[in-house]
Amino acid sequence: MSDVVEKTLTALPSLLSLDSQPGSAKLSSTSKLGNLIRGITELTSKHEEEKLIQRELSAIKEQVSSPNTTMRQMKELMVRTIYCEMLGYEASFSYIHAIKLAQQGTVLEKRVGYLAVSLFLNENHELLLLLVNTVLKDLQSTNLIEVCMALTVVSQMFPKDMIPAILPLVEEKLNHPKEIIRRKAVLALYKFYLIAPNQVQHIHNKFRKALCDKDPGVMTASLHIYLQMIQENPEGYKDLTASFVAILKQVVGGKLPMDFNYHSVPAPWLQIQLLRILSFLGKNDQSTSEIMHEVLDESLRRAEMNHNITYAILYECVKCIYTIHPKSELLEKAAKCIGNFVLSPKINLKYLGLKALTYVVQQDPKLALQHQMTIIECLDHPDLIIKRETLELLFRITNAQNVTVIVEKMLEFLRISKDDHTTIDLVGKVAELAEKYAPDNEWFIETMNTVFSVGGDMMQPDIPNSFLKLLSEGFDSVEEDRKLRLFAVNSYISLLQGEPGKLPQRFLQVISWVLGEYSHLREDLEAAVVQRLLARLLDMKNCSSETKSWVLTAMTKLCEGASGVSVAQQVSETYSSSLDTVLRQRAQELQHLSQDSELRAKALPRGVGLEPVEVDSSLSFLDGFVSEALAAGAAPYKPPHQRQEELAGTKALSLEPYGLSLPISMSSCITDRQSPTLLSMSSGLSGDSTDLSHKGGSAALKLDGVKRVWGREGYLSHKEPVEEPAQVEVPSPVRSPSRQGEADSSHSRTPTLTPTPESDQEKQQLASSLFVGLGSQSSVCLMGKSEQTTQRFRRKAKGHSAASSTSEQMSNSAVSPPSTVDSLLCNNLLDSNITSELAVSSPKRTSQLSQGLAATNGTCDADTELLESDRKESKPAVITDSYVVAADPAPHADPDRPKDLDLSSHLPAELSGLSHSEITHLCTNQNLELSACHVQKEDSLLLIVFISNSSDSAVQQILVQVDSDELEVSCVGDSPVEVRSHSVAVCQYSLSVKRPAVHIELAGMVSYQLPAGSPQSAPFSYKLPLTSFIRPLTVSTEEYGTMWLAFSHDTRQNLTLISDDQEPLTATLNVLKRRLQLHVVEIIGMEGIVACRLLQDQPCLMHCRVHAGTLAVWLRSPVPDLPDCLIYHCQRALQGH
Amino acid sequence: MHFLYPMCCFNSLLNLTCQNQNNYIQDHLKSALFDAFCLTADVFNRPLCSLISLFFHFFSSFQMQFMLLFSRQGKLRLQKWYVPLSDKEKKKITRELVQTVLARKPKMCSFLEWRDLKIVYKRYASLYFCCAIEDQDNELITLEIIHRYVELLDKYFGSVCELDIIFNFEKAYFILDEFLLGGEAQETSKKNVLKAIEQADLLQENIDFQMRLFAAPS
Repeated sequence: MSDVVEKTLTALPSLLSLDSQPGSAKLSSTSKLGNLIRGITELTSKHEEEKLIQRELSAIKEQVSSPNTTMRQMKELMVRTIYCEMLGYEASFSYIHAIKLAQQGTVLEKRVGYLAVSLFLNENHELLLLLVNTVLKDLQSTNLIEVCMALTVVSQMFPKDMIPAILPLVEEKLNHPKEIIRRKAVLALYKFYLIAPNQVQHIHNKFRKALCDKDPGVMTASLHIYLQMIQENPEGYKDLTASFVAILKQVVGGKLPMDFNYHSVPAPWLQIQLLRILSFLGKNDQSTSEIMHEVLDESLRRAEMNHNITYAILYECVKCIYTIHPKSELLEKAAKCIGNFVLSPKINLKYLGLKALTYVVQQDPKLALQHQMTIIECLDHPDLIIKRETLELLFRITNAQNVTVIVEKMLEFLRISKDDHTTIDLVGKVAELAEKYAPDNEWFIETMNTVFSVGGDMMQPDIPNSFLKLLSEGFDSVEEDRKLRLFAVNSYISLLQGEPGKLPQRFLQVISWVLGEYSHLREDLEAAVVQRLLARLLDMKNCSSETKSWVLTAMTKLCEGASGVSVAQQVSETYSSSLDTVLRQRAQELQHLSQDSELRAKALPRGVGLEPVEVDSSLSFLDGFVSEALAAGAAPYKPPHQRQEELAGTKALSLEPYGLSLPISMSSCITDRQSPTLLSMSSGLSGDSTDLSHKGGSAALKLDGVKRVWGREGYLSHKEPVEEPAQVEVPSPVRSPSRQGEADSSHSRTPTLTPTPESDQEKQQLASSLFVGLGSQSSVCLMGKSEQTTQRFRRKAKGHSAASSTSEQMSNSAVSPPSTVDSLLCNNLLDSNITSELAVSSPKRTSQLSQGLAATNGTCDADTELLESDRKESKPAVITDSYVVAADPAPHADPDRPKDLDLSSHLPAELSGLSHSEITHLCTNQNLELSACHVQKEDSLLLIVFISNSSDSAVQQILVQVDSDELEVSCVGDSPVEVRSHSVAVCQYSLSVKRPAVHIELAGMVSYQLPAGSPQSAPFSYKLPLTSFIRPLTVSTEEYGTMWLAFSHDTRQNLTLISDDQEPLTATLNVLKRRLQLHVVEIIGMEGIVACRLLQDQPCLMHCRVHAGTLAVWLRSPVPDLPDCLIYHCQRALQGH
Repeated sequence: MHFLYPMCCFNSLLNLTCQNQNNYIQDHLKSALFDAFCLTADVFNRPLCSLISLFFHFFSSFQMQFMLLFSRQGKLRLQKWYVPLSDKEKKKITRELVQTVLARKPKMCSFLEWRDLKIVYKRYASLYFCCAIEDQDNELITLEIIHRYVELLDKYFGSVCELDIIFNFEKAYFILDEFLLGGEAQETSKKNVLKAIEQADLLQENIDFQMRLFAAPS
């Protein structure tokens, strides 16, 4: 078939020149469009074309606006306009006429009108509103074609706000006798679901009906919706798994009508859609996965034909098999399949094979090993796309042994790549690998040098940031730090002595910072020499002013000795008259500090470790200055929103009850005016802490009260969490020596593992260096990008030779020193090797374990969060056997198990009088069951965890660890260490909010040990709403006014008013008061003020005003995010009412 | 300052949306995000590259992003956009893509990585068919979508050639709309697609016939 097409199309050039060919009979050669097209093909230059089209467009413009033009002519005009637009000429004048054509034309004119609309306008065009009426009318038409056209345009674009207007009509069409209408209606609803999911929430059961439609086309269309919904919430649709499997079985079995076949493969699109849905459903869910194993096997078996379409299905199948709960037979077959892809001579299949390999290599590194020679060949493939995908694959299998080779390959690619997007991406990856696995200082610095010079100014700004951070924070040993820094200084000096003009700005900034901080480490180097090198940079033409200010700061740190000072003076003179204020500021600093060495030592102390920089967010050091200014008659500062209000207030009556009329105390107007976020934002933007002092307006003030504001440019922003793998300070073994040893052994093993027919020495060598460490026991650290912290910068690896014995101890006995295993959880998870050696003896169990291993890999999404929070807090954790949970054949709790209603009787006596939340089940392991609830006390919130032991033996060494990003968790009272058989123990935790969020998640881990058996652990999570932390705040109206002005974070939103009451405002506020525990301070007319506090005294104020039938709410708080979260809960509270 | 506002708004919304686990709030955020995106796109007239890729990424579904047909000379023959973009951005994307695809050699891979998207293209005689999909999507099936579309065109026009598409591009659009709707394969049965088109065409011919009848006396 495709051959036929190709042949016909090859004949085309001859057609172009000769119009009298038979093919051109239907080309309507007499039409105006035909003339236009022919006219254009005859032209020779772009300029002529432009002239012609402009002429054409103005003619069209004239005609469309003439009242005498019939709709028929209009249709013809529209077609020509579409053509002009396609050529890239703007014809916006015609948009309105397209809508008119769709509105007024007969059926076929309508068709062109709708087409023009769908091509001209995009979803957000305001003219689209004018189409709503037409669509409404056509949906009600008796002419099927009109209905079809309306549905087609609706499924492509529709104004979101107008969906309710046509929704009932579209819903109605789901019951239409014609399948084409039903199908299009389903797709229209899919579109609605994509742009406004909440609007179609109520018709979910109708989707089910569409899924059961007797027409396969309608059913296929409904799968689009299901795929989307299941992707977002797989839990909600588990019950449909069997149906999807049944459908797939039928399709694969060839039960569909023949016209759905594509190249004699039954309904491939449908199959792929179903496979995607199944993979979402089966992810991390063993029981659901089991339902689909059979059909997956059949799909693999059936798709044997040698055609692209079967490969497409196979690829999707393989992806699904590796996503769901693993089954070894299927995995084997899938692996074989991937092998076929990779080895295929067809380049497209090879590409997909590599992609699949990248996808699965984290679970199955052996596969990469099997195909190593192919991978090596792909690395030298002439097509860059293949090369790029291979590098992606290599990135995933990088470890400490092969890092140099892989990084070298990546850099090689970077040098030839011209695509910005690829460069940015790859540079980030190289930097990541270099930080994680660098074998030595020289290599690290040199690699980073290449990264900086290749990545240029495009790369992510956090790469230089984290590099500098790494340098300044240092590692375990002082001597190593010194060597690394010294090496960096040496290499930068030689770079500057070469041709610095070619280096990118970012790199120059890094260089100047490092030289400023550490060039004193090199004793033979005089500061003045460095000064001169830096000063040379300033004279370069392409040096940006940002770089210049970095350089000037570096020079400020370096001005020592007479010659240094003279260079400094010279430079500062040049720049103190610069037009750039920042530069001028820097020059001033340089001038003053170079003269006053005492002050410099204070402002820029040398060789101090990275102390946290204290930021006086209230800018209290400016108080004196401000009060002076106020005394001199200056107006008090008002935040922008207040200023705007006042501006609005001059036009109308002031609607705010408390504005300036309240007495403003001096302090409230000075302190805390600057919100912390604003502060960090400004410093984050410029990376330049002296910005703060600009606000003072006087240079004399800038050092007062703030310590070392200019000390480390770019470091203030680090106060915010930066994703930075190499900064964790916990000393812990990075690679357990057992693994190291094994890696070594596999190093020697690798060559024998590769069956290479041709003795291509070079390639083999490359292979052994690339795949070193990928032992067949799959113990490599194949960390995904999500698990960055597992491999530290190399220094951490040293001096832990005892770790192997410790880890052995841990696995065997429960007595475990906490810090050794801490934060190694992920390694342990992946490291089945240790497990199989130590914990397990029977081979059968091993295979189970490897399954469990894959499962845990699959669950990494869910778990990493938890693991990361573990690491952050670095609390002791006794986790040794976490994989056992996953490997256990029946870890799932029996849903019918009698709920422990009597758990509440185990509540501590002092809490029994207080209300507690429903006791929820957390997790079950075969011996233990964990449940939890929270108790609201007046000044605190307690989390109660019940540990019930249902086994016949006592459980010992219990350690429950609870942690959250948003919360401060502290243990209250003694936690139980042992739970006797058939009894319940209780742990209490007091919670307080660090960072507000709408819902707060707690992640935890329980670990324990049975008298006879290995230690075990299980993760769990608990969720509670922010409202549990909210308490009323009793203040007077005056206090309220003062506080209101002092708070900086605010949110405004309109809420629904409860209108069925006489006093809507009072009723609404009462509901809020009751449901959210707010305190209503006062209600004045149509306005009300309400106050509450988050536990630990973080207030939030709320001002409500009835306006046009809604409640306009304005929240303010000193805590970021709190207003937003609270408004959400208010909304929910009022909705639920 | 007001230029920055929608941008900040968009970014913070995006963060919020990515972090938030609650379905209900996500729905709201998504629609807010959408608005913010449009606003940003308006203000800048051309949204920043990163913004677009973020946007694509966030509204990730398996749907196609856009489809382009262009000749070997780089002349655009058909364009269909399934994501809302400004005209300027569309032009930029088209220009860049046409250049990239035309520069590739015949034996090379049919897939391309471009920004955050995957481009799948295939050449039929002098015409290039080019689709943009997301990274997680299946490249091979997209290749077959292109092929099925060519088959449909071929069946409809009776051994199709570039001229058919040039002179009857609106027909080509109609067929595309019957086959792919909103970026998703709507109807994969060849018979059904053509039936739908023919029905509409039949109507057109009837009316044409009537028109001629009426036109004759004058």
